[in-house]
Order: sequence, then C-alpha cells, then structure tokens
Amino acid sequence: MSEFFSMGGHGAYVWSAYGITLAVLIVNVWLARAKRRSALQRARALATQDEVPRKQPTVRQLQ
Amino acid sequence: MKLPRWFHQLGSPPYVYRLAEALAPWLGGIGLALLAVGSFWGLVVAPPDYQQGDSARIIYIHPQTAYVGMMAYVVLAVAAGIGYVWRIKLAHAVAVSAAPIGAWFTFCALVTGALWGRPTWGTYWQWGDPRIMSEALLLFLFLGYLALRGAFDDRDKADRVTAILAVVGVVNVPIIHYSVEWWNSLHQTSTLFADGGPAMTADMLVPFLIMFAGFTLTFYWLLLRRLQAEIVEREGSARWLREWLAEGAR
Repeated sequence: MSEFFSMGGHGAYVWSAYGITLAVLIVNVWLARAKRRSALQRARALATQDEVPRKQPTVRQLQ
Repeated sequence: MKLPRWFHQLGSPPYVYRLAEALAPWLGGIGLALLAVGSFWGLVVAPPDYQQGDSARIIYIHPQTAYVGMMAYVVLAVAAGIGYVWRIKLAHAVAVSAAPIGAWFTFCALVTGALWGRPTWGTYWQWGDPRIMSEALLLFLFLGYLALRGAFDDRDKADRVTAILAVVGVVNVPIIHYSVEWWNSLHQTSTLFADGGPAMTADMLVPFLIMFAGFTLTFYWLLLRRLQAEIVEREGSARWLREWLAEGAR
C-alpha cells in the first residue's frame, strides 16, 4: 500500500497534481452553483418587487 | 435559405434555459462518473511508463485539462464572434460563461505540467519554452478577456469590445498545439496524434480517453450552469423568467 502512495518516489508530484485538479473541479462546481443561486435570488427579488404593475408610458406620452 | 426550427430556438433564452436544465444533470453525472473511473484506472490499474515510471500517471489529467482550456477558448471565440456578427445576446452569454472555466482549466494544466516537468525535465518551469509560453498566454487571454469586461459598466458594449479580443486571440490555439513540432521544446510531442497512431498500449489509452470524455462533459456541465445564471442576469424580469420562478425553480 505504501508502495502505491510513493509512486516509485514520484508520489509528491503525482498526488499533488491529482489533488490540485480535484480542488479546481470542486472550486468550479461551487462557483457555478453560487453564481446561479445569486442570479435566481436577485431575479426573485426583482419579480416580487415588480408585482404591482408599473404604469407603462403610452404612445402619446412618449411623443 | 430557410433555417431549421432548432436553429432559431437556440437564440431564445427561455428555450435554452430549459434545455440546459434538462441536459446539465446528465452531463455532470456522466462526466464526474467518468472522471472517477478514469482516475482509478490511471492511478491503480494502468502500468507505469517504461521510461518515466509512475510520474507519467499525470498523463491522465494534464493533457485533458490543457485540452479543455483550449476547447473553452474556441467556444469563447466562436460564441463571441457569432454574437458580434449577428448581434445575438445569447451567444455573448455563452462566451462570458466559458471564460472563467477555461481560465481555471488552463491554470490546472500549467500546474500539473510543472509537477510533471520537475521529475521528468528537472525543472518546474522554463521561460521561453514555446509550449509553456503559449499555454501561459492562453491563461492571460482568458484573464485579459475577463478584466476587459470588468472595465465596462454597459454590458452590450462590453460584449462587443471583448468579442474582438476573443476572436483575435484564437490564433493562439493552433500555436499551442503545434508548438512542440514547430520549435524546440522540452515538452514531448503528442502521444495521441503520434505518427502511426497513438503511442500507447490499450491499458493506458483507455483511461487516457475516458479522462478526456470526463473532463469534456464536466466542462459543458459547468458551462450550462453558468449560462443559466448569465441568462437570468440578462433577462432581468422577463415574463417567462417570472413564470419559471413561480413554478418553483431551484
């Protein structure tokens, strides 16, 4: 088993490479999830805020 | 010329949002499963390399993350170009979503490359090496794209200006690929596209390709999730979005 972890003396390189790759994957999943959550949250806030229909400008008013 | 219906649908934010919602779990689930299987196979089952020993097990993550970084740049450039020419906002949303993921994977390729270089070449980093420099330039193209976006308050203007940078920078992608053939590099030439077929036996080639598929699917999973966020931000309080939220979207 320790032979497996030592990777023929290259264990430090192999395991840190895999570890960093795993960390990058986890960070990316977390970032994508956080971005989606906050976007939906803001949209939800916007939707409830706008529930009272705002007065739309009429064509006449725009002229 | 009459374009097919699905082509027009791909320009519609609600359609794409729902499509992403349906596809994302499959891409993520299959992608992560392939990464788990491929890692186990590469670290435990596959034999060590006859010259490089066990350090060569980095070959199951390093070329794959580098490839995903380059693919992300092509997605970024093509999407930004389409958005610029045909003024499709959704295409710009795809471009924005691809950039940070590509930057992360390129960073990962540089780090795993350094960790492979140390036991193999005797150095983590070599200034002036064509492969290392062109790959580092890819990272700076992603970061430059994102930094340039940050300089604009107006999103439409940011979309158009950064699209030019994105499209121009795509020339770097073939330069990365051919750098090991055009110039002298410490980096080994392609194992997969070697003369006379892949220079690997099946017990190494299978996990090698499984990891390519795993990272690729994982990239598109992350891309779709970011794209959904980008669509929601850009659509503001559109009616379809309000209905979607009322239905109880997560």
